[in-house]
Amino acid sequence: MLEQADVAMPTAAAARLSRFARPALGLLLPLCLALGWELAVWLGYSNGRLVPPPTKVFATIAELAKSGELSRHITTTLSRVAAGFALGVVAGTVLGAVSGYWGLARRLLDPTVQALRAIPSIAWVPLFILWLGIFETSKVALIAVGVFFPVYLGVMGAILSVDRKIVEVGRIFRLSGPAMIRRILLPAVLPAYVVALRVGLGLGWMFVVAAEFMGASEGLGYLLIDGQQLGKPAQIVAAIVIFAILGKTTDWLIELATAPLLRWQDAFGRERGAA
Amino acid sequence: MLALDKVGKTYPNGVHALSRFSAEIKLGEIIAIIGGSGCGKSTLLRAIAGLDRATSGTVTLDGTAITAPHAKIGIIFQEPRLLPWLSVADNIGFGLSDLSAEVRREKVTRALARVGLTDKANAWPRELSGGQAQRVAIARALVPQPEVLLLDEPFSALDAFTRRDLQDHLLDLWADTRPTLILVTHDVDEAVVLADRVLVMRPRPGRLFEEIAINLARPRDRNSAHFDNFKRRVLTALDRSLDRNVPDSEAAANAGEAMWW
Repeated sequence: MLEQADVAMPTAAAARLSRFARPALGLLLPLCLALGWELAVWLGYSNGRLVPPPTKVFATIAELAKSGELSRHITTTLSRVAAGFALGVVAGTVLGAVSGYWGLARRLLDPTVQALRAIPSIAWVPLFILWLGIFETSKVALIAVGVFFPVYLGVMGAILSVDRKIVEVGRIFRLSGPAMIRRILLPAVLPAYVVALRVGLGLGWMFVVAAEFMGASEGLGYLLIDGQQLGKPAQIVAAIVIFAILGKTTDWLIELATAPLLRWQDAFGRERGAA
Repeated sequence: MLALDKVGKTYPNGVHALSRFSAEIKLGEIIAIIGGSGCGKSTLLRAIAGLDRATSGTVTLDGTAITAPHAKIGIIFQEPRLLPWLSVADNIGFGLSDLSAEVRREKVTRALARVGLTDKANAWPRELSGGQAQRVAIARALVPQPEVLLLDEPFSALDAFTRRDLQDHLLDLWADTRPTLILVTHDVDEAVVLADRVLVMRPRPGRLFEEIAINLARPRDRNSAHFDNFKRRVLTALDRSLDRNVPDSEAAANAGEAMWW
């Protein structure tokens, strides 16, 4: 599929070419590597047992998809990430906003949060399993912890760095506290918040693997472990490829959903112009 | 009438920025405040705006003490300070949120036409030039029809041509509703072109040094001998406020061309 898109390139109009040329350029290297490896295995330079060629990986994905197993694993992992991400975002946003807006809360809360942040999150795993059991709750909790810190830091930092000069404009027009938050602070922190969400989501995907390593019977992380224990490298690579696709897609969804809110930024929509 | 009665400001770090500044400013007057750096010009303006409270003395507008931003007092800063997430039209309408959408739109449309930016109504602030952005800031401050408009070095970041255009434009807009204008500036030329009275301040601590009435009819010819005369008087007062020798006539003539720092 990707190869087809690449082949279709030269026939596209010049304007579309420039729009697609850059992503296509980014695909060039992985595609060449994949093709090269495929060729090497096909020509017999390698048996491809430990490093499966692309066709074998895709065959594995197709097989998993046909049996319905793939969608079960994907759904499980996605729902874990979604729950953990939601929890982490809510907690990080609320505490970050409180710490950013209210100096006393920051002095009370922030040192503790920063100390907790210094603990490698994986270190919580044994404790979470003791506290919350081996099943879903401990996994979601670990993902939430991973998502919490970047969101907390992002929100607090964004509020602290809102330009005093812009806040003064709000004061001159005698905005009330809630109006100041709604009309000045929220739009001002939005760009940094989106970045924090994307970083948080990235960590969420990272931690779901760690969570699923600690004893899961389904999920993409389970596929990885299962592939290792049964000596199926194609299954491992297949799971990795799916992780990459899901991670990139969810990140892109955040970008897509927030782009209309950030059109005013210098960095956005410059090429398309304001016409 | 805006009355300043022995207004003083000492910052928490002990800096005595402003000392016993008194003045009475009638509705519709244009006042320029000029002085060396550290003479408390901006401190005074922020006290009148209600952004920072004076530590002694009072600011009263028509008998009401000003301790916080007031609906009848607007301010234009050195930077336009437009909200980057609002279109030009929404920026101008920012202070009109208590009006109905219809009235607001009508006022904004009129203000946009008045500052000559109708075609930029839906543009983002980042798409404006410096002069255009400052015009939007002027429109935003004027559209709620303040009685007093404070200007804190509003044109100092602009090039000479744009600055001159905007000075004329400001006078033009002022003539519509004739609010009181209080302008803090570094620019002697600007003070003499705009003001009815120039208040010269002296630093450490900031206080009123001399008041010069500019008795010139508007529009003022920047090249007339009378204009030069007033410029020289302001410059002389400035130099004396800093305990410098009165400049010789040649130096004064040259200094009038440049901005006075």
